[in-house]
Amino acid sequence: MSGAQSARKTSYREAVKEAIREALQKDERVFLMGEDVGHYGGCYAVSKGLLAEFGPERIRDTPLSEGGFVGAGIGAALGGLRPIVEVMTVNFSLLALDQILNNAATLLHMSGGQFNVPLVIRMATGAGKQLAAQHAHSLEGWYAHIPGIRVLSPATLEDARGMLWTALQDPDPVLIFENNTLYNMEGNLSETAGPVDIDTARIRRSGSDITLITYSASLYKCLDAATALAGEGIEVEVIDLRSLRPLDDATYLESISRTNRALIVDEGWRSGGISAEISARIMEQGFYDLDTPVERICTAEVPIPYARHMEEAALPRIDTIIDTVKRMVRHG
Amino acid sequence: MPRSRIDIPETIHYLSILDEHGVLDTELEPQIDDKTLIALYSAMLLGRRFDERMLDLQRQGRIGTFPPIKGQEAAQIGSIFQLKSTDWFVPAFRETAAEIWRGRSLESILLYYNGFNEGTIIPADQRDLPMAVPVGSQILHATGLGYAARYRGTDEIVMTYFGDGATSEGDFHEGLNCAAVYQAPVIFICQNNQWAISIPLKQQTHSATIAQKALAYGMPGIQVDGNDVLAVYTAAQEAAERARNGDGPTLIECVTYRVMMHTTADDPSRYRDDEEVERWRQKDPLTRFAVYLQNKGLLDQSREQEIETEVLAKIQTAVDSAEKQMKTLGEPLDMFNHLYAKMPPSLQCQKEEVRQYLANNTGEVHHG
Repeated sequence: MSGAQSARKTSYREAVKEAIREALQKDERVFLMGEDVGHYGGCYAVSKGLLAEFGPERIRDTPLSEGGFVGAGIGAALGGLRPIVEVMTVNFSLLALDQILNNAATLLHMSGGQFNVPLVIRMATGAGKQLAAQHAHSLEGWYAHIPGIRVLSPATLEDARGMLWTALQDPDPVLIFENNTLYNMEGNLSETAGPVDIDTARIRRSGSDITLITYSASLYKCLDAATALAGEGIEVEVIDLRSLRPLDDATYLESISRTNRALIVDEGWRSGGISAEISARIMEQGFYDLDTPVERICTAEVPIPYARHMEEAALPRIDTIIDTVKRMVRHG
Repeated sequence: MPRSRIDIPETIHYLSILDEHGVLDTELEPQIDDKTLIALYSAMLLGRRFDERMLDLQRQGRIGTFPPIKGQEAAQIGSIFQLKSTDWFVPAFRETAAEIWRGRSLESILLYYNGFNEGTIIPADQRDLPMAVPVGSQILHATGLGYAARYRGTDEIVMTYFGDGATSEGDFHEGLNCAAVYQAPVIFICQNNQWAISIPLKQQTHSATIAQKALAYGMPGIQVDGNDVLAVYTAAQEAAERARNGDGPTLIECVTYRVMMHTTADDPSRYRDDEEVERWRQKDPLTRFAVYLQNKGLLDQSREQEIETEVLAKIQTAVDSAEKQMKTLGEPLDMFNHLYAKMPPSLQCQKEEVRQYLANNTGEVHHG
């Protein structure tokens, strides 16, 4: 986030709110629905102030009923609206899984191509706030298993600001996962920041020795690790996937063709996770570029612990990333 | 006073106008013109005969598994009649008669039950959702469609169907609760056919009626004789008026009976008595409606035969046409077409793999 003259300081939370506000201003069909999004302003304060600006029909509080309002959002999308459904956190989204997987993702098929579902579902995800075993899941990789939907993971202010509008223009259901540790992140955002593409991965730091493939809040752990490693003469390239479905294979494969090493850093659980999928794709399409086996750093496969020191121990850590990179570079 | 009775604004009524012997309550009789009465009868008969023909076709191996509707024609036709073409019809999966009334072709239904994607196509101008198999999930879509209709300032209404089994699902509760909170213009039609596969109603709910569940959500609820097309018609008309006037949703419980099996993969003789089935056969919706029409001088033997002949001819034409179409339809690569409006690269690769497989196995590919 370079400090261009036209930039201003803002936060990830404000960037998401601006995106919602812009969508509500530009398109009358857009409305926000979810638990506590009205007077309360959203559990993460993303929609604070929007009720006063847009009224209760467009900032719609819902009963505590994830299946209910995700399903109603599908119906509203079929009925010509462009709902932004806020599910408080990914943990509660499991109550709406039938609606997401069996309904939103299949209605186009079930209707012989007639009814696409232009629905955007936003939800907070991730650990790191001492919310423990039932409130700290990272299931975005799991959702990426489902054909028929898109899965986005904005890590930067630009993406928090820009992905929503593009997602609303998409004719298919789009899930946007906002890591709960990012909402307070501050930085500079261009005054002209606006819609961004939702198809491609981005190289967030260039390097020649190894490719780190990551997304969401883990991006910053990777960037910090890369800075530390640069001091020791190891040049790390860091890729932010941005979209987990579809995956932009070309960007990370091209990077690996130059660095010949790949480490995936994923806050999700390891077995059957998105890291496994990416690893498999590298094996299928980039095996002969590799000097060393693909490695992964994921969250320990335990219920996320409550105590801070235990939670930190379970999640991907900067020191582990540094140690793993060193080992891979020296041995490769 | 520490303890007092709470008065709830809604009360639950039961409505029956034409009983199983064809005896009419003239005070409750709805005013329906002769042409419409015959149209209702013809639609119920078409639903009945098509259902019977499909069972034959299934037993002959000419279509796949399907859920018969026999005995539930009045519950479907009496209610669906109240919808305009601009309204939304949100079915479960046992509403064949209602689907035909809305304009779905018999050919399309036959293609569907043979597994052809082409059978899922709903004409672009039709506001009918596809059949919903997860049980109850469509109830929520109806609520959302109702919300959207109100949001857009239209007088469109939504009618959704489900069975007694679906009322135990969370989706039923969530859908009705949200619809009542939003005062969405939705009519919830429960075809209480007494059986959810092998689970009888008394094991499904401890409530005396399904209609009374409306009380908990603060919406009107009514239980009707679901085999009495006049009662269903009347209840649905009242609910439609309420919804169009902005007075919110209604739950209608149509008490009917699943005379046949759950689907053709089921054998109900394993879990219910023939006597019970026979008792319900005596309450047949078509028989009593025919008596009503005869008493009104609208139906005599020759007119009845004429309608029967028309219906059977229509079905035969559809069967012939569908079986002819099946010889050319069913392109396997079409399975990839309707996941995304724009196909992502990974799916294009998978489509290409199947294309190569098909090209290398041309001798083994069958259409239909």
